[in-house]
Amino acid sequence: MENEPQAAKPPEACCGTGPKLIFACSGAADVGKISDLAARKLTAEGVGKMFCLAGIGGRVSGIMETTRVATAILAIDGCPLDCARKTLEQGGFAKYEHIRLGDLGMEKGKTAPTDESVAKVVDLGKSRLAG
Amino acid sequence: MKLIQILGTGCPKCEKLKHNAEEAVKLSGTEATVEKITDIGQITSFGVMMTPALVIDGEVKAVGKVLSPEEIKKFLE
Repeated sequence: MENEPQAAKPPEACCGTGPKLIFACSGAADVGKISDLAARKLTAEGVGKMFCLAGIGGRVSGIMETTRVATAILAIDGCPLDCARKTLEQGGFAKYEHIRLGDLGMEKGKTAPTDESVAKVVDLGKSRLAG
Repeated sequence: MKLIQILGTGCPKCEKLKHNAEEAVKLSGTEATVEKITDIGQITSFGVMMTPALVIDGEVKAVGKVLSPEEIKKFLE
């Protein structure tokens, strides 16, 4: 991977509309890495803001309250365990868009985190968060 | 003594929330300090991505909303 995208930038939203938040499973496997890189690239391109899934799991108040006012939520899961989706649901968030990399033909343990594989997820993420 | 923090960069909504928090303190009779945090680094350290936000004793209670004095008072009881 060349020029890996940067992490989420700080907020600038004062009195504006809620953000579009992106939660990646960021799991240990290759597909977890792809989910993470795609979320960072979507953030870098201004499509939404990557946010900390661990903050939902840990019920961190600032992250929970910010997520409650999000205008859209995108969960990106690398594998069929759906950790990001389940974490959001257990945190009380029922309305979200969901991408599972397996549905794009990316199999856990057999998918290199290349620019091409990340781009595929980014493209789908853009369409899910459009509008 | 409770610590109420208003996170915001200084817009009218942030000022209104601070005013409402001060009103809530008066209404409830609680001993509390109200302070404003405008530094973006400090704001993000709470995990907040949108302002104004209300924090009471380190716990973020609301983001992106101007709560009324009555709503804030409930958090102080």
